[in-house]
Amino acid sequence: MQQPLVITATINGRPVERAADPRMHLADFLRHEVGLTGTHVGCEHGVCGSCTVIVDGRPVRSCLMLAVQVDGAAVETVEGLTGASGSLSRLQRAFSEHHALQCGFCTPGMLMTLEALLRTVLNPTETDVRDAISGNICRCTGYQGIVEAALTAAKDRQGEPA
Amino acid sequence: MSARYFGAAVNRLEDPKLVSGAGRYVDDLHPAGLLHVAFVRSQRAHGLVRGVDAGAAARMAGVVAVFTMADFADLASGPMPPLAPHPLIKTPITYWPLAATEVRHVGEAIAMVVADSRHAAEDAAAAVEVDIEPLPVAADAIAALAADAPRAHSDRDSNLAARLAAKFGDADAVFAGADHVVAETIVTHRGGCHAMECRGVVAVPDAMGEDLTVYTSSQSPFLVRRILAAYLGRDERHVRVVAPDVGGGFGPKANVYPEEFAVALAALKLGRPVKWIEDRQEHFLTTTQQRDQIWTVEVAFTAEGRMLGLRGRGVHDNGAYAPYGLILPINALGCFPGPYALEALDVTLDVALTNMVPTSPVRGASRPIVAFVLERMADRVAAHLGLPREEVRRRSFVRADQMPYETGGKARDGSPISYDSGDYRQALDLALSKIDVAGFPARREAALRRGKLLGLGMASCVEDTGLGPFEGATVRVTPAGKVVIATGASSQGQGHRTVFAQIAADALGVDINDVIVDAADTDKFPLGISTIASRIAVTAGSSVEMAAQKVRAKALRFASNRLEAGEQDLEIVDGAIQVKGVPGMSITLAEVSRALAGAAGMSTPYGMEPDLAATAYFESQGLTFAYGSNACEVEIDPDTGDARVVRYVVVHDCGRLINPQIVDGQIIGGVVHGIGNALFERMLHDPEGQPLTTTYADYLLPIATEMPRIEVHHIETPSPRNPLGVKGAGEGGTIPAAACVISAIQDALGPAAPFVAHHPISPQDIVAMLD
Amino acid sequence: MKAPPFTYHRPTTGEELAALLGSLENAKVLAGGQSLMPMLNLRLAFPDHLIDINRVEGLAGIKVEGEDVVVGAMTRQADVLASSVVAERLPVLAEALRHVGHIQTRSRGTYGGSCCHLDPSSEQPAMAALYDARFHVVGAAGRRTVEAADWSVGMLQSALADDEYLEAIRFTPWRDGADGRCGYGFAEYARRHGDYAIVGCAALVRVDQAGAIGRAAVVLFGVEPSPTRLPALEAASLGQAAAGFNPASHLGEVDALDVMEDIHVNAVYRRRLARVMIGRAFADALARATGAKA
Repeated sequence: MQQPLVITATINGRPVERAADPRMHLADFLRHEVGLTGTHVGCEHGVCGSCTVIVDGRPVRSCLMLAVQVDGAAVETVEGLTGASGSLSRLQRAFSEHHALQCGFCTPGMLMTLEALLRTVLNPTETDVRDAISGNICRCTGYQGIVEAALTAAKDRQGEPA
Repeated sequence: MSARYFGAAVNRLEDPKLVSGAGRYVDDLHPAGLLHVAFVRSQRAHGLVRGVDAGAAARMAGVVAVFTMADFADLASGPMPPLAPHPLIKTPITYWPLAATEVRHVGEAIAMVVADSRHAAEDAAAAVEVDIEPLPVAADAIAALAADAPRAHSDRDSNLAARLAAKFGDADAVFAGADHVVAETIVTHRGGCHAMECRGVVAVPDAMGEDLTVYTSSQSPFLVRRILAAYLGRDERHVRVVAPDVGGGFGPKANVYPEEFAVALAALKLGRPVKWIEDRQEHFLTTTQQRDQIWTVEVAFTAEGRMLGLRGRGVHDNGAYAPYGLILPINALGCFPGPYALEALDVTLDVALTNMVPTSPVRGASRPIVAFVLERMADRVAAHLGLPREEVRRRSFVRADQMPYETGGKARDGSPISYDSGDYRQALDLALSKIDVAGFPARREAALRRGKLLGLGMASCVEDTGLGPFEGATVRVTPAGKVVIATGASSQGQGHRTVFAQIAADALGVDINDVIVDAADTDKFPLGISTIASRIAVTAGSSVEMAAQKVRAKALRFASNRLEAGEQDLEIVDGAIQVKGVPGMSITLAEVSRALAGAAGMSTPYGMEPDLAATAYFESQGLTFAYGSNACEVEIDPDTGDARVVRYVVVHDCGRLINPQIVDGQIIGGVVHGIGNALFERMLHDPEGQPLTTTYADYLLPIATEMPRIEVHHIETPSPRNPLGVKGAGEGGTIPAAACVISAIQDALGPAAPFVAHHPISPQDIVAMLD
Repeated sequence: MKAPPFTYHRPTTGEELAALLGSLENAKVLAGGQSLMPMLNLRLAFPDHLIDINRVEGLAGIKVEGEDVVVGAMTRQADVLASSVVAERLPVLAEALRHVGHIQTRSRGTYGGSCCHLDPSSEQPAMAALYDARFHVVGAAGRRTVEAADWSVGMLQSALADDEYLEAIRFTPWRDGADGRCGYGFAEYARRHGDYAIVGCAALVRVDQAGAIGRAAVVLFGVEPSPTRLPALEAASLGQAAAGFNPASHLGEVDALDVMEDIHVNAVYRRRLARVMIGRAFADALARATGAKA
């Protein structure tokens, strides 16, 4: 079996260097090697979307990437959404205001998918939001609160400086 | 006292942590020295375990041990204790932690590899050689009941685990005297809970080897403790069970599973912490499923469309084990006659053992099945008479002036089932009005011009909630002035913390952010039952209210003495007890708590008992019955058979709403689960009992693009059976939803189509019905 | 489940990649990974070597070469979807990509990877078949070009030899001109948004100034193990008036197809869907070519 490979990456703006078994997927690496357990693993075959993180600006399923593939990359996880002082982002607050989460397990993946959407689509429609989260399964909410939260956050973000 | 929080859409106290990635679920726990488990599972649905060769596996890199049941002989052996014993089940039909002699469904665990990583454990598990002698398989519940059918358990005489009956009135006379009778066979299909968090266990033995802590993703930590301690022959004080953040439950996590026991045994055996996290494939094979029932029923009714009686026989596919006894079949029988005032009922249900994944309640338990049977039959009666579907319902419902209404049926404990309150007709009429039934013909015409078939569906239900006996609560004011609620009730996303805090904050006049909830930890509260059956708001909620009121009374008594004022002249505002209208005459709850915390050598003031705390166990005064009516519109593409729910309206009455936002969330999520049952979720097996749909590419869950906006309206009829006037809300969304969607599909297909008697319905089915 | 062990290789040049492919036994190429990673995680694939080609230079990007559009094998689906070149010159490709997976999978999934994986329901090899695209292949023995018609050699099997890799796919767009105006149509049916299609169809037509069909291409996917062109329908349409042409009258070859069945869908239903999707795609193509639809 191959020896662990060293991975150097920027995670939530901070440099991280860790070794990992090459077969380890990114979600396990973030959770169990880096200690960022906010990223969740729901199916490990690339359908449920719970493990969504942003790599080099794009939302990806972290169970479908090897950790070694982010060597040199910038990774963003749900932990990075919260400000240094612990302040929640508009999207995070909107999730609470619109009851967009119940058990909270799919929530980090939903947040990262929508964070990626809202950075590129400034004025999304309900259809845009539903399309965007169609790769994220939630068993609790029926999606309605999530859609409302995303639309509210999008509206409010427009008023904020980029 | 003016309610400040009760009834308000308070944002959840749980949320800030969960939206920050700071939740703590079982797989987030990493105690030092942790080992990881992979199970070796049966690939056959039925067979005798002839041998397990772990020689090669044990020598593989990273492997610490490979265990079969025999390795635990010094700790425990035999089948697990049943959770809910029933006199009809003479010998328990429960699993072993690891199957030692016979495997009875695909996925049953036979051996476990413990290694220093999950990867290494899986590598070695693949190298364990298991010799299984195949036995014939019972993979179909109806066929399993034939005299010559293969036995699902080779040591049992029959696959018929039990035959249960429910009966009231004189069915023969009612049927003989009825104007009309129609009969149908109705089939509902099994699915899984598919909580996005799979199950998981971390067992941590203490250094002395005497105490064991089990962290488990469970709805029933107290049941896990009870039967694990019994199995290990230990006193319960040596077993602590904690359910940390749990990523959804929906019923199956209320079961107690072999893996929880096997991981505990391995941790005790090795003296090290051991973790197992269920992967999604294991979830498809081992987490309980539900809803395979086949009912052949007939309904007697008058020429005016009043339903008089129902009789019939059902078969319940129990799967391979009955850890939960006969809960599901008993629940099914208790759901008749639904919202209808029948004169007679005569139903029996045969419980068939099969070599399929075991069953236990999934959101709604048997209620969605019976709602499906009753609502399909109500539609059938309407079609037979050429009446509007709502007319049959209006003429058959229990009327508001009949409340409380004894149905004639019996609850689990043998007591008469008595609906407490409500107006079923009002709910239906409101649902139809909100969906604009009057405008439907125009919408149908418009759809037809686009080449689409639009159908209107409706379904009603009654849901027994607040199942007894109790969930207790202790409310305590700490010397720092925080209000701490301890309860056994576990949470899987229902927002219990917020709801309990709302209740206690109102009772004690404190800010909701000063309330802390300790739950689902057997070290924090002595007793607990389970978070099932839409019962927590009624049981634990009432206990929190009662305990908080006791604390309030005690605090007022103390303050009355200290401030030399009558209790009637005191109020609690912002955590301080003050004399009304006398600024400055006040004492904080924190000060009362400190005074009652005692001081060395000093007697407790005013002869009061120490501690500003109280415990209450609200004792259920009978079930509370939530109810509702749903209406929806489904659009069908006749070329492809595609069926899309385009509008959905829920009218629901769960008594007084503690937090409308949370209730709406429960209902909307529940409806989506029911739409999944109606249209998408199909758990297929081959004739050898081999599950065929074990990934999310094959087993389709509802996703955002396919779901409609769901509109929820409430009627608030307080329940007279608890101090809060509440009823449960956790399952009311799911129960009628599949029936409502299928009703709309039937309507869209038109009068020439055959009767739709099953779910899920596929586009392929729909096209066949249109042809 | 966790992936089985393998040795990981990360070449950065085509030469290194070719050398690895030529020397390693039981090796799998990791492109976007949206099909291979699930197979690894489910322990359905057990390669001894995994060759990650994500850092091989020159494999990603969309280029215009004369009339042709050349899509690098490692071009992400998201980039194909966002490409103005594709939107303008290969609009049916953009339409098809909207049906591929979800935003997270399109971030990683590659056009070439999907063409090599050859899922029968995949839109991407089907679009290559529709355009009679050419696959540029590199191996130890040098370069070669494989015609789209020869690309699929069986279920999940491309024409690539073990020691070859796909470099790019070359499309020749259909352009409006003196010989007429072009239109495309695309239709597919899947149970849910982003699911693999049960059946899909894409059509290209050119309609001349007299209103007659001058050129047509139609492809079905999800029906047979490989994308299915419909030459009889294409031929039957030539010279016909676009206004009155009804593809439903020329579907004899659909009856003859060896239609796949699975646990969810039988052949009767799938064949029916094929007819429906052909009708919709062809009608849309004609409508666009005649200006009736944007």
